[in-house]
Amino acid sequence: MIRALSGQLLLGLINGSFYALLSLGLAIIFGLLEVVNFAHGAQYMMGAFLAWMGLTYLGVGYWWALLLVPAAVGLSGVAVERVLLRRLQGLDPLYGLLLTFGLALVIEGAFHQAYGNSGSSYPVPEALRGGFDLGFVYLPRYRAWVVLVSASVCFFSWFIIERTRLGAYLRAGTENRRLLQAFGVNVPFMFTVTYGFGAALAAFAGVMAAPVYQVNPLMGSSLIMVVFAVVVIGGMGSILGAILTGLGIGLVEGLTKFLYPPAASVVVFAIMALVLLFRPAGLFGRPR
Amino acid sequence: MNRWIATAVLAAALSAPALAADAAKGRISDDVVKIGVLTDMTGYYSDLAGPGSVEAAKMAVEDFGGTVLGKPIQVVSADHQLKADVASTVARKWIDEDKVDAIVDLVSSSTALAVMPVAAQKKRITLLSGPGTTAITGAQCTPYTVHYTYDNWALAHGTGGAVVKQGGDSWFFITADYVFGKSLESDTAAVVKAAGGKSLGDALYPSPGTTDFSSYLLQAQSSGAKIIGLANAGQDTINCIKQANEFGLTKSQNLAGLLVFISDVHALGLATAKGMYLTTAFYWDRDDASRKWAKRFFERTKRMPTMVQAGVASAVGHYLRAIQAAGTDDADAVMAKMREMPVNDFFAQGGRIGPDGLHRHAMYLAQVKSPEESKAPWDYYRIARIIPAAEAFPSAEEQKCPCAPTTLDAAKCPYLGK
Repeated sequence: MIRALSGQLLLGLINGSFYALLSLGLAIIFGLLEVVNFAHGAQYMMGAFLAWMGLTYLGVGYWWALLLVPAAVGLSGVAVERVLLRRLQGLDPLYGLLLTFGLALVIEGAFHQAYGNSGSSYPVPEALRGGFDLGFVYLPRYRAWVVLVSASVCFFSWFIIERTRLGAYLRAGTENRRLLQAFGVNVPFMFTVTYGFGAALAAFAGVMAAPVYQVNPLMGSSLIMVVFAVVVIGGMGSILGAILTGLGIGLVEGLTKFLYPPAASVVVFAIMALVLLFRPAGLFGRPR
Repeated sequence: MNRWIATAVLAAALSAPALAADAAKGRISDDVVKIGVLTDMTGYYSDLAGPGSVEAAKMAVEDFGGTVLGKPIQVVSADHQLKADVASTVARKWIDEDKVDAIVDLVSSSTALAVMPVAAQKKRITLLSGPGTTAITGAQCTPYTVHYTYDNWALAHGTGGAVVKQGGDSWFFITADYVFGKSLESDTAAVVKAAGGKSLGDALYPSPGTTDFSSYLLQAQSSGAKIIGLANAGQDTINCIKQANEFGLTKSQNLAGLLVFISDVHALGLATAKGMYLTTAFYWDRDDASRKWAKRFFERTKRMPTMVQAGVASAVGHYLRAIQAAGTDDADAVMAKMREMPVNDFFAQGGRIGPDGLHRHAMYLAQVKSPEESKAPWDYYRIARIIPAAEAFPSAEEQKCPCAPTTLDAAKCPYLGK
């Protein structure tokens, strides 16, 4: 009983790492741009697909993909912000949501057209094959790596935003962008970089996920709903909230899968409803 | 006098063929035979059915020569998006406005069960290749349905029976929590039990929407069962198999995919899928006829056909031959001919369509090859056993179809006497 429970909790922690990585990017984008980035799932999918394409067509391995793919998707994010999102500034946030949602459909449609829906398999890199027998569960080496990397990326992002000068500008922009602009900070440039960074984080999560899940055009849309719920529970725009809630939701899901599996996909939304009832700004958010 | 007789004979001789041709013309409604392929064009099943099914139907029409009884044959297609209401709306429009004579494919059981009564009420034929539920030729059967390629019973008996025989007598199921998954699990569990094995439990998971199966795999592992039965399809099956490998389950336990298509094996790769048993109605590399047809399909689509796509082509061919033999496209006459004539083509040899509408033909128990055994692209299966038709499918008596003459229950079959 205890063995099984601790196994499920560990798996929950691994899934939570993915949630944290994805919701972090969403929270950063929403915090500064006030755009609900519905293309996040598609950018995650692009990350996994580019990694697969790199390996299949160009022989670019996992480690390089981890570096190059987020950069490429980040650049595409920069282009999206410059060409499209910028025009929607000052309009109702609903427009940004519609634009990114449409963008997600177009990207997913294009990949579907080219590669079909069954998707393709991405092998686990040589150095990360095998696993550890912890007694209560067999922990694949790759999953341990996911937890490790996700934790460091989350810490790194948190550190930049909360402890550096650049982060201070970002936070100031979240509070009052007009005032910040009055101090001579190039806010539009910051917007562009932030959106690009958010997209790159999504792609990074995509590369991390490629060896675990089947790489297919719909992989993002099945995950993105949960990630949105995580951001809402954590408090829209709260960086620390996104990270901690991501991990927490992973654990709660793991627990539910152990106690009553059919409820596993609902439990996140039940928590979201409760949080919205009693703390509308989210667990870590401040009312605006 | 002699001259008069000669003229009369000549006139009769000249007009007779014309009269006969006129009569034949009158027997094809609307002067065209229209076949509608209603399938999942973009969703989860679009690789195993979808555009490939449309192409397969077109190939069958071309092979037949493009015309039947002197009238052209047309293929139209639409996307039912896996939604029962969309499927029945399209079917209604096709029949009422577009003069469609037969609807084929209908992958996923819910769309099939929604379209069958619509078509049967209006005396149109449905040729199903893709849905699995046994209700199609059981409680919810119609006189105008042919269930062509496979059903859940065949999958459960093919894979379940064979695996138990080879020593896999304790099972744990990972099951998609909806009608299809649950019925597949209960069918298989019954077969396992009848063969002397036992089911140790199951994990029901929400579908669609689950991508991480590690929790359920962990439960399967701690159950200690020798066999993990995957009562699901498509993406879910692919992710289950992939993650079972990752968590090292395949070292001590064996997987049994209850519904696996060649498109799934292609997506997984042999290194991951090797050794797995599965039941299929068609494998391209079986004999000369199947190879020849599959290679033509490959040239057009760049993929080898799944059993669903091959089934669509074979069903359309059989339907057209039945029209030819009946001399009309009237649904009652064509159904009678389809039941009367055996299916002998690249797909099936000696296949028979029963009074309940189930096409009974041989099925194949296949084992996925390892990368070393595979000699060429798409060289994926070793046929472990040919399951004869009588063993592969349930008998018409077991099915209890209320519309079948042998198990008639007129009160439960609303399509009779129209």
